[in-house]
Amino acid sequence: MNHAFSHYLFWPLIKFLVAFVIVQGLVAAMNWIERRLLGLFQARLGPNRVGYKGLLQIIADPVKFLLKEDIVPASAEKVAYFLGPMLPLIPAFIVFCLIPFGPPPTFTVTRVNVGLLLILALTSTGVYGIILGGWASNNKYSLMGGLRSAAQMVSYEVPFGLSIVGVLMICGSLDLVTIVRYQEINAWNFLPQIVACFIFLVSMNAENNRTPFDLPEAESELVAGYHTEYSAMKFAFFMLAEFSMMIVNSCLIVTLFFGGWTLGMFGIGLTTDVLKGMGMFGGILGTLIFVTKVMLFMLMYVWFRATFPRFRFDQLMDLGWKWMIPLALGNIVVTGLFILAGQERLLYWIGIGAIGLAALYLFKPKRAESRKVIHAS
Amino acid sequence: MFDVHEMEINFGPQHPSTHGVLRVLLRVDGERIIDAKPIIGYLHRGTEKLFEHMAYPQCVPHTDRMDYVASATNNLGFVEAVEKILGVTKLIPRRAQILRVILSELQRISSHLLWLATHAIDIGAMTPFFYCFREREQILDFFEMYCGARLTLNCMRIGGMPEDVPHGWLDDIEAFCGKFDAAVDEYESLLTTNRIWKRRTVGIGVLSPEEAIEWGITGPPLRGSGVEWDLRRAQPYEIYPELEFDIPVGRNGDTYDRYLVRMAEMRQSNRILKQCIPLIKQTPVGDLKAKISKVIRPPEGEVYHSIEAPKGELGYYIVSDGKTQNAYRCHVRPPSFVNLQALPALARGHLVSDLVALIGTIDIVLGEVDR
Repeated sequence: MNHAFSHYLFWPLIKFLVAFVIVQGLVAAMNWIERRLLGLFQARLGPNRVGYKGLLQIIADPVKFLLKEDIVPASAEKVAYFLGPMLPLIPAFIVFCLIPFGPPPTFTVTRVNVGLLLILALTSTGVYGIILGGWASNNKYSLMGGLRSAAQMVSYEVPFGLSIVGVLMICGSLDLVTIVRYQEINAWNFLPQIVACFIFLVSMNAENNRTPFDLPEAESELVAGYHTEYSAMKFAFFMLAEFSMMIVNSCLIVTLFFGGWTLGMFGIGLTTDVLKGMGMFGGILGTLIFVTKVMLFMLMYVWFRATFPRFRFDQLMDLGWKWMIPLALGNIVVTGLFILAGQERLLYWIGIGAIGLAALYLFKPKRAESRKVIHAS
Repeated sequence: MFDVHEMEINFGPQHPSTHGVLRVLLRVDGERIIDAKPIIGYLHRGTEKLFEHMAYPQCVPHTDRMDYVASATNNLGFVEAVEKILGVTKLIPRRAQILRVILSELQRISSHLLWLATHAIDIGAMTPFFYCFREREQILDFFEMYCGARLTLNCMRIGGMPEDVPHGWLDDIEAFCGKFDAAVDEYESLLTTNRIWKRRTVGIGVLSPEEAIEWGITGPPLRGSGVEWDLRRAQPYEIYPELEFDIPVGRNGDTYDRYLVRMAEMRQSNRILKQCIPLIKQTPVGDLKAKISKVIRPPEGEVYHSIEAPKGELGYYIVSDGKTQNAYRCHVRPPSFVNLQALPALARGHLVSDLVALIGTIDIVLGEVDR
């Protein structure tokens, strides 16, 4: 086995497979976690029949999907209809090659110096499957769902991309590993880039069609949106892609804004060097830290879902174009000015100030709200 | 500048948010509604015709099936109409009257809870659905304790009530009333001040008071437009004149105001219930039926009687020929049917997403629309 073979093909493949299996396990587990958590939020139980605490639901669901009849509408455009569920899956799986789960080199599959751009390029192709599926189903609701998701995902791709620019300017690299290593020496990026972090959080919800941006599949309006006509495993593919993309985006926000696999700032705490010093155990610990952070963001998705009503389509577009994009552009300008002045550390105070204001707003005493209803008697 | 391509969409009869088998024929330009035409009749069972072939007491279970989420008020409207044509309204024992009010106010709360649950889930808020059903379940349990049924109650008889309250029932209701206001606060904390909820409801489907009156809209949609009209106050029946309650009215007549009105109505119903419990405890046990003939054969004539059902004015028009034990003609004026008229005008110019909010805010039950 020569060096190039093992270095460029064999080990990356093994590592990819391990990462893939773990992530798909997480995706399956997420299905159960989401339903149990929603149960907790909503004063009910959630799935608790199959296996201990309903854990075998993770297996029962795919088995059910596999055994269900696969219905293809007679008037569907067959090729596009079959391609629809496959297309979003491919980028969702490939992207896991590029995400550093733990300290390099062992715990990252590949290290590409334009990793972030590659991830953005790959994830943005996911929308084609949805458009194709929605159109090929030959159903008006599916078509509307597909069009909505096209408009939505394309619109939110812009603030999504722009919010990252600030991080790139500070870290000076597109390489995810470098970005993480920058954060452990300085503060995690959510402090200097609090606005970008917020925009990223909102647009990643919109990218994934999750509540409150779940318009493409708005159940009460469009029946099931783009996957109305899909059944059995094809439907499961859409779900799988959606959950995978949720994990991808959570990985991204953790890597870009929350210090990746590290648990330290300003060179103090569990930084990469400390972890590397612990050997194999340190690597696994780093990966665990990463996965825990990712799961926290996954829980956030569920929390949002339990809390918010759904936006209307035009309001969603308003929010994207009139608020998110100008805000992201402004953030780039401000960050640029601070970097030009050589005072990057001053940006931290913006983050601390914003967090303080948010805390004040959350914990301020609630005043009696003025009611619009007049009580006449 | 661009060609306008209209698309026709059949919204329903099988659709998750048409609250039954309503079919709305939509003409849309993109997502904007140009015209919405409700098509009804998928649940038509000929109830009015059935009434012509059944003795009056036999009709009561059939009234359950009209507004099947508010059957107690349906029963109440019918038995009161028959009592009116018999001329025995004054003879109904006080205990029966209070019990009728308790049941119909419980029913009002349960109907409003179901409305809130579905309305919220239509707009995408998932959690209030389960919170509302938690309380609604308790109310259905009360119904079950009283008459054995949870949905189609058949709980009232012409001339009174079928049976007395079960042991401990009133105390259970009292305990429920004590906690219910906090439950309403909980729903409101999720929705009332939520920005997204406000953006989805404020200014959507504005109904001016004049329009509402012209169309004969009643119930919360009318009060949401600022018209202070509640039959419990305007044409009092049973013991309502003795009870203290407010009539909540809105100001702008939009979906948000109708939402606020219904939320306030639930609190008012709870207030009425709290007053009724001590009142019923003062009345003698078992005094539940007026002494009227077993065979109900009203004199020749006609009568229209309406009550304030959860969804609006529920009226029964009964014509008797004076010879038979069944009505010559019985017409029902269901609130949902009349309120549904407003849908095309409300929906025009709004988006498809707003249509589901509008169907929700009118609060229709197709069993009642189609009869």
